[in-house]
Amino acid sequence: MQNKCLMACLMVRVMPEADLIVQALLDPGRTSSLGYQQWDLLIRQGRRANLLGKLAGCLAENDLMESIPDAPHRHLISALKMANRQGLAIRWEVSRIAKAMSLFGIDLILLKGAAYVLAELPCSSGRTFSDVDILVPKARIVDAENALRIHGWQSGHHDEYDQRYYRQWMHEIPPMMHVRRGTTIDVHHAILPETARIKVNTAALFKNVLPLKGFNNVFVLEPIDMVLHSATHLFHEGELDNGLRDLFDLDSMLRNFSHNEGFWAGLLPRASELGLERPLFYAIRFTSTLLSTPIPENLLHELSKAGPSFWVSHLMTACYKRALRPNHSSSSPRWTWLARKILYIRSHWMKMPMGLLVRHLAHKALISRRAETLEIAAERERDA
Amino acid sequence: MHPFVVRVRSDISRLADDICLMYADFPVLDPGEFADFHVEVSFERGIRRWLKPLARFYFDGRPSFIPLPAQQAFPMLEWGINWCVAAHSHNFLIIHAAVIERDGKAIILPAPPGSGKSTLCAALINRGWRLLSDELALYDMAENLVYGMARPVNLKNASIKIVSAFAPDVIMTPAVPDTTKGTVALMRPPQASVFRIAEPAEPAMIVLPNYQHGADPLLELHGKAQTFMLIADQSFNYNVHGRAGFDAVGELVERCRCVRFTYSCLEHAEQVFDGLLDGSCHA
Repeated sequence: MQNKCLMACLMVRVMPEADLIVQALLDPGRTSSLGYQQWDLLIRQGRRANLLGKLAGCLAENDLMESIPDAPHRHLISALKMANRQGLAIRWEVSRIAKAMSLFGIDLILLKGAAYVLAELPCSSGRTFSDVDILVPKARIVDAENALRIHGWQSGHHDEYDQRYYRQWMHEIPPMMHVRRGTTIDVHHAILPETARIKVNTAALFKNVLPLKGFNNVFVLEPIDMVLHSATHLFHEGELDNGLRDLFDLDSMLRNFSHNEGFWAGLLPRASELGLERPLFYAIRFTSTLLSTPIPENLLHELSKAGPSFWVSHLMTACYKRALRPNHSSSSPRWTWLARKILYIRSHWMKMPMGLLVRHLAHKALISRRAETLEIAAERERDA
Repeated sequence: MHPFVVRVRSDISRLADDICLMYADFPVLDPGEFADFHVEVSFERGIRRWLKPLARFYFDGRPSFIPLPAQQAFPMLEWGINWCVAAHSHNFLIIHAAVIERDGKAIILPAPPGSGKSTLCAALINRGWRLLSDELALYDMAENLVYGMARPVNLKNASIKIVSAFAPDVIMTPAVPDTTKGTVALMRPPQASVFRIAEPAEPAMIVLPNYQHGADPLLELHGKAQTFMLIADQSFNYNVHGRAGFDAVGELVERCRCVRFTYSCLEHAEQVFDGLLDGSCHA
């Protein structure tokens, strides 16, 4: 009872006057009453939050494009064209990756943006992205890297420390870029670093995957796991420039999958099995409070036990309600910079034990100092 | 700068002078109007501010590009606006080309930097041709019409003196030395071109300028296939349009006479261009 009251009281306090981009995405019909100044702001917020393509897609689906004044209409069309093009490009990219992997007999799981597009989920409409994320079993990671190398992908990180940072501590190998197409791929073997505070049951994640039509070695996570991965990713992320977009992904998935039988009932048990209750707690809290995502009452109640302590909960709410907004001057009230800083430090703290974190940051600080010294020395040499 | 509205913010007073000088004939809108791009060019803070001041370009509050010496503020603003347009206006096919017009017919001058397209364009717009653009051709794929923004013409190095000598009445910004493109000056667009800014033109010819020191003027037919590849290569967003982009470039090249024009003297060039559209000058 007490928990419920607390939740209700937090919800009231969290709900600020929502940003224009959030209002427009939740209630597209409202855009018909916008004046030029509001359109100006809406386009800017949408562009900054990487949600302009989604807004255009959403307005088009609701047959509202025609009523939009010319000037903002052009920007929406532009963003939609870009997003559609990326959608096409990502399909081609996945087909190349699948081909490279098939020669080594490797099965791969698509994650995030690429998965949403290939699985044709509503949240992929108008979405843009910068790379493809895949997950392969840890035992096959060397083969996967070789397969990609043979087919034209190269690793950009040659520095010895970076190599060790990724290979020993992270959950992925250094990002690889295709030499001709310039596309980037992140190859993961887990969804969180090995050093992270939360221990994920990665083996269980591989069990329920769904095959993707048209391929024999490409899979996506099943709906519940997709939500859990998306939540884990967002609430371990240190730089939240795309935070609001990722929250909208979660909102869209929750609304979409709520029609699946057993989705809501299976969410928390599966989160417990994988060790991801806390990310699920945050995902549900912030989609429901910031984007009014409908969540069954009993899940809200059960999840209240998965939350952090009273003070941490307050701090996280205070930080995320500021950081999960467009990183734009119009939606950055006082203390937003501090909230972003705290979440950045938290994300590192979540991913590494303290000793390693100190070592990592010290190394980064020293290296950048050394690089600077080398640069100055080189400059002097040139001058002389 | 039809079809776009830019809102500029700056703490550099010299930049305001340059804008007033170059955009004198452009309308100034009410702050309540929709602006396509909110940009800012401002001094970098810190001790350098008082020694060797640097300025930085911001796109809607986000710093873009590396800071440059403050005296390059106006060229930087122009390059920044070019980038804003090229990266966010996929409703057009955007071609890196100069465009001039006479009698409703447009000549597109695509070319890699250094081929003398801006010089040629600057000369011709002072001899009866209308300026659409010296840098970005906005091709409306549905209407087969090309739009320009009639913005200031970017002149580099020796061109600055050549154009001043060719058209002594032109108004230019002071030359800014030591930019990444050498010494740069911008030329105010002719008033008549600015007043007709909203008028598109139908592409009639694609002319590849080729400046060669001491060469006699020479017009040669340029293969349609080669021209296609050049236009595709010089488009900023050809790949964004996919199939539609391929069809549009095909249509554009099909409709236009495609020639390569070698020249060394602007007076000769002017004569050749005078005869281009009426058919009296053949390749």
